[in-house]
Amino acid sequence: MFDLKKSEANSSTGTFAVKAGLAQMLKGGVIMDVVSAQHAKIAEEAGAVAVMALEAVPSDIRKNGGVARMADPKLIREIKSEVSIPLMAKCRIGHFVEAQVLESLNVDYIDESEVLTPADSEHHIDKWQFKVPFVCGCRDLGEALRRISEGAAMIRTKGEAGTGNIVEAVRHIRAVNRGIVSLKGKNKDELSESAQALRVPVSLVEKVLELGRLPVVNFAAGGIATPSDAALCMQLGCDGVFVGSGIFKSSDPEKRAQAIVDAVAHFNNPKKICEASEGLGKPMDSLDLENLRPEEKLSRRGI
Amino acid sequence: MMKRIGVLALQGGVDEHINALLNASEKVQAPVQVVEVRTAEDMEGLDGIILPGGESTTISKLMERANLFSPVLQVRKIMGTCAGAILLAKKVEGANLEQRFLSLMDISIDRNAYGSQKESFEAQLDTEFGRISGVFIRAPKITIMGSGHVRPLAFHGEEVVAAYQKSGERHYIALAFHPELTTTKFHEFFIRL
Repeated sequence: MFDLKKSEANSSTGTFAVKAGLAQMLKGGVIMDVVSAQHAKIAEEAGAVAVMALEAVPSDIRKNGGVARMADPKLIREIKSEVSIPLMAKCRIGHFVEAQVLESLNVDYIDESEVLTPADSEHHIDKWQFKVPFVCGCRDLGEALRRISEGAAMIRTKGEAGTGNIVEAVRHIRAVNRGIVSLKGKNKDELSESAQALRVPVSLVEKVLELGRLPVVNFAAGGIATPSDAALCMQLGCDGVFVGSGIFKSSDPEKRAQAIVDAVAHFNNPKKICEASEGLGKPMDSLDLENLRPEEKLSRRGI
Repeated sequence: MMKRIGVLALQGGVDEHINALLNASEKVQAPVQVVEVRTAEDMEGLDGIILPGGESTTISKLMERANLFSPVLQVRKIMGTCAGAILLAKKVEGANLEQRFLSLMDISIDRNAYGSQKESFEAQLDTEFGRISGVFIRAPKITIMGSGHVRPLAFHGEEVVAAYQKSGERHYIALAFHPELTTTKFHEFFIRL
């Protein structure tokens, strides 16, 4: 029979290829925020590639105010036992002990997230210290590359979570794309200047130039409420989407969840997006960002 | 005429397979046309199809909604990695009850055999094409190999991590790991079949 010791002798866990690899396998998929095992089941049945466990969806976090923290481990365990797809969970920016707790719970990915109240106003978590991979939010190329140099194996745009308004996500996707394009044709000295301005190692900037994209998978997040929103992010070049409040704050979560999954799979096919969009009921209550005070913007956290 | 090979592109590591196929086709000097498959129309005239890694429940549901099960079953050669391998196996442990499979290969596969992402790993593998590095991501485990027309293509220690089945003119390959991330050897083999 199979000898466990022998075969594990030459294997290594927690390498960057393994961490970034899971994100690669999530591409073209939808990751859904869930606050209960029942939500998680609905998400899995709709075809989500992963679920994100948290105490309250972003729109409720906004409403509730106060300090938003990592979810209760009991809730995370309940959700984990309910589904077979990967489980993600959020910790506060810079709160490496919450991250340690999540790692000990064997979650598959940790989101060091601006949606929760930051624990450290200056530092993000040193993500190289962990075997579990991290995803982090960004608003532009600099933020994305700083998080990658701290060890993030996946990036997402921040957008503006809990608003049901796609405008900030689009702004951030375009800013990342613009940052990548701006590197084209630069010589060694200019690249070194760019790296300095972005506060990241020049090797990372060179890698982006070589690939013509971020060196890790990049999802869209923050404000996706409809199948068209999701497909818009995909057509702008994102590898997949996170949907937070957009599903479980709508009038028919089962139907909307499946519709967004279909729209992401067929993001270049308007006929399919149209079919997916029909008769979904009421979307989540949305916010006009003009009325949001700067300090109410979650995306300004952790830059 | 140039052979058309599809990559099922509903969800998962699609670009990685497209690149591996194009590089492999250059190496074996057999030009192929690579097609992203999302609908039954995309399947027209395919000589082979690759089922990528991703979430097997998601891919299975999307295949069903796009009516892709019956056209995929007709394809002469199929290679499945990770989630794709799960779709090919006749017996799947740890499957969701309502999940649908292609069930073409005489192998048993344990869907989340290694546990969570923390247990994902890289390892040196002994393959029919030499020693290569393999990446296992929340990988399934091939637990039973059917007798007769199924044979192993790669080992991790004593464990079979790639299986090949020839049934008449049909060729099927199931891989528990992700060759598309590290090598073109398996894609070269697939193109030549």
